Amino acid sequence: MLRVSTFTGAKVTGTTTIRTTIGSQQLITKSLLARFYSSQIPLKVPVTLPNGIKYEQPTGLFINNEFVASKQGKTFEVLNPSTEDVICDVYESREEDVDLAVDAASKAFNSEWSSQDPAIRGEYLLKLADLIEEHSEVLAGIEALDNGKALISARGDVALVAKYLRSCGGWADKIFGSLIETGDSHFNYARREPLGVCGQIIPWNFPLLMWSWKVGPALATGNTVVLKSAESTPLSALYASQLVKEAGFPAGVVNTLSGFGKITGNAIAAHPKIKKVAFTGSTATGKHIMKTAAESNLKKVTLELGGKSPNIVFEDADINKAVANIILGIYYNSGEVCCAGSRVYVQESIYDEVAKAFKAAAEAVKVGDPFENGVFQGPQTSQNQLNKILDYINIGTQEGATLISGGKRKGNKGYFVEPTIFGDVSEDMRIVKEEIFGPVVTMSKFKDVDEVIKLGNDTEYGLAAGIHTTNLNTAIKVAHSLKAGTVWINTYNDFHQMVPFGGFGQSGIGREMGKEALDNYTQVKAVRIARTN
Amino acid sequence: MSLSTTITFPIIGESYVQPTGLFINNEFVKARSGKTFKVTSPIDESLLAELQQADAKDVEVAVDAAEAAFKKWSALTPDDRSEYVRKLAELIERDQDIITKIESLDNGKSLDSASWDLNMVVHYLKSCAGYSDFIDGRSIDTGDGYLNYTRREPLGVCGQIIPWNFPIMMWAWKVGPAIVSGNTVILKPASATPLSALYTAQLVKEAGIPPGVVNIIPGSGRSCGNAIVHHKRIMKVAFTGSTEVGRDVMVGAGESNIKKVTLELGGKSPNIVFADANLELAVQNVVTGVLFNGGEVCCAGTRVYVQDAIYDKFTAMLKKAFESIKVGNPFEKGVFQGAQATPDQFQTVLDYIQIGVKEGAKILTGGKRIGKRGYFVEPTIFLTDREDYRIVKEEIFGPVTTLSKFSTVDQVVEMANDSTFGLAAGVNSRDINKAINVAHRLKAGTVWVNTYNDLHHQVPFGGYKQSGIGREMGVEAFENYTQVKAIRVKLENPIA
Repeated sequence: MLRVSTFTGAKVTGTTTIRTTIGSQQLITKSLLARFYSSQIPLKVPVTLPNGIKYEQPTGLFINNEFVASKQGKTFEVLNPSTEDVICDVYESREEDVDLAVDAASKAFNSEWSSQDPAIRGEYLLKLADLIEEHSEVLAGIEALDNGKALISARGDVALVAKYLRSCGGWADKIFGSLIETGDSHFNYARREPLGVCGQIIPWNFPLLMWSWKVGPALATGNTVVLKSAESTPLSALYASQLVKEAGFPAGVVNTLSGFGKITGNAIAAHPKIKKVAFTGSTATGKHIMKTAAESNLKKVTLELGGKSPNIVFEDADINKAVANIILGIYYNSGEVCCAGSRVYVQESIYDEVAKAFKAAAEAVKVGDPFENGVFQGPQTSQNQLNKILDYINIGTQEGATLISGGKRKGNKGYFVEPTIFGDVSEDMRIVKEEIFGPVVTMSKFKDVDEVIKLGNDTEYGLAAGIHTTNLNTAIKVAHSLKAGTVWINTYNDFHQMVPFGGFGQSGIGREMGKEALDNYTQVKAVRIARTN
Repeated sequence: MSLSTTITFPIIGESYVQPTGLFINNEFVKARSGKTFKVTSPIDESLLAELQQADAKDVEVAVDAAEAAFKKWSALTPDDRSEYVRKLAELIERDQDIITKIESLDNGKSLDSASWDLNMVVHYLKSCAGYSDFIDGRSIDTGDGYLNYTRREPLGVCGQIIPWNFPIMMWAWKVGPAIVSGNTVILKPASATPLSALYTAQLVKEAGIPPGVVNIIPGSGRSCGNAIVHHKRIMKVAFTGSTEVGRDVMVGAGESNIKKVTLELGGKSPNIVFADANLELAVQNVVTGVLFNGGEVCCAGTRVYVQDAIYDKFTAMLKKAFESIKVGNPFEKGVFQGAQATPDQFQTVLDYIQIGVKEGAKILTGGKRIGKRGYFVEPTIFLTDREDYRIVKEEIFGPVTTLSKFSTVDQVVEMANDSTFGLAAGVNSRDINKAINVAHRLKAGTVWVNTYNDLHHQVPFGGYKQSGIGREMGVEAFENYTQVKAIRVKLENPIA
């Protein structure tokens, strides 16, 4: 195949190159340069998943229920993190595309969308959930291909997506106001009204799941959305966008843009016609989003950010189950989970026993091609992330922590990292304080409940925590004392669409899923009527 | 320098002892820097007191106190916290008369207005006290095999920065829900009007509220306010004031430690009079909407829209009503509108009147300063026929309104919503369909129908758009001072 990209002469700050791809040989490497070219690519390309499933991948921006080329015609490459090969190119949005999407979303918001019988919105969401289920194998395959997560993880994600969208469908006609009695002189009620056009910026670790967490509650409450997917994982959001149209949602209600944070993300956060911005990603970027939202038009902001969550094992816990939960807490999704249980605290009397069992279990974790049977941990999603994790492993070693298990890259192709455990850590080490976002965990000893509460809370984050104990009083005391938005007891990374999720401290603002997510997409209007007679 | 001074009220002659220190850990203390600032009366520009001036160092001390107090305060039973807050409300009620006068003296508002404020303060704090055992979580059934529940937990140390237009009422709106839900607070009153906040701080101690739970530190926004906004150990900041400063507060909160933020900011609220309205009542509502508290109200109804069929009649009635308003020394009997609270604000209002004239709007009544001493402004109405005038777009924060004509419901909804603000709105109509239709289409956090500036402590208050984030009063206020923790317990031997 010979494909010649045409350069349109738009703003270029780095090397300008016209790329030609001959066969599989790439003359220019990697996506760093991808943003500088411009090409006319088809709006749909055939993709064959490693498991043989073939499907058509949309590549355009999804605006007004249509896939369109970006205004500047720019595209970027999407890589398979297991092989570092190019999967396909997709169109890259820029400021003017954001403007178009916002216009479409504003128009849709001001139509009957936000004011009709909410049950109709519910119906669309239920239909969308059905379609997601119908397409679940393709979607799971796309996730595994694009993100690198194990196919079984990806299937779990897609199942939760369908459940969550269905749950949102059920919420649509249950947005209640209140009636406030203040005596006969007045009649007072409060309504929950939608906000308007909502900007949503999602990360690459759970591409489709984050898409649903954002889109679902926003639509159930009558908003319209302009969503930017992560530049490293744009495929599933585009695929799901086709299903939005098929489910019958009116044009402009959902707009999905592929693009980069610094350009498209920033344009969304700063846009004067966007009333709310919801962001999931790093704490550093979250700070920038909040600042930009404030400086532009005081957008409402919800943030779901980083974490360094403690996972605590008490001596009375069922050790086998606790170890299984530690494994799930840190190696699930290759550790690329904001709520990963990356600080393990084990009570001293069972420390050696747990350490031994944990090491054995970590070494038994099958790392490899996400499509291979039995693989639990796939590659990290990007080269950057791989480098960052390997750097942290070096930092840990230099800081004097003992490498109990793992610690190396696996193979030379694909971004694979061995499941890694650091022991003998002190609480001030960077590997204990900072989010690594990979399959790397620290393990330390504690004496008693009070000590471990202190250790657990000694962080600026507060996303999640795990407790393993069979003692009722220990469980509740520690659960209530830990400063975290989610506490899992005798389980970990165990999401449910009805249970709210979100951070204390610098892990974020607002909640996703559950009833609370709906509150984040509405604003209260109080109507107070003076009565005569 | 002593940490109190005696102040005498004008006209009535009565005196009281005003604390002048920073209130930290239940004690009045000197500022670490030794700096002080002067508080003057807007009524006659005389010196009222010299107060300790807090800066970043004092914020640090206050945060230490509040953080230490948080551990114990948040672990008290909700009914214990409730008792303290109820006691505080009772003490304020006991001293209601004196605090009312302090408000009038320091802010310049009429005694009538101040007494309305104090009533609201007492009611609101009592209502807050009753909320302590209403802060509940949920249990979520996801099937056998799990127990899921949510709790609403306090945030920690909350920073609160309040404005000068309702000094003690804003104090109550901030302190009440924060401490009832188990937080501790560091509150900075406006440097123009810090007296009632410090006076009431004494009652905090008298009510038995433990040291460090409530800390009151007057200081400038730039130094003390900024230190609060950026402090790493403050978990939430609540601000009431201008949209401009609100923006900075949110930026600072984000940059420092992603504090939770609630903002109650500016407004330019429409007040709509339909032809079918009870016109006498509507006149009253417009007067209350514009002139209550000297127009220094974030939700003031300062864009009046009158339907064409009654325009001439209504305008004549309103002119008469405005001209009969008694403006003057707030301690004088029958005065409805006192002085503007600060010299800056006074000047801003006069500047806007000039701008309106230059833009070509016609003054129906008012438009001038009253007298030569004290910051008094005539109740002013501009007749406008253009929506792009600055006096129609920008918040003036004084006794000045614009008045325009409209024909249809759709037209007035569009005019009313054509604003970057969205705090409040008024609808005057007797037609149920029109009233509800317009109330729901207006983009505002509060809609008053056949009434205006009719705040009630049970009814939530807060802004759409650039008028703010979050709600005060009502059950919503407690949501803004708590965070949800979800606990998911995996059970063995499920029931089934």
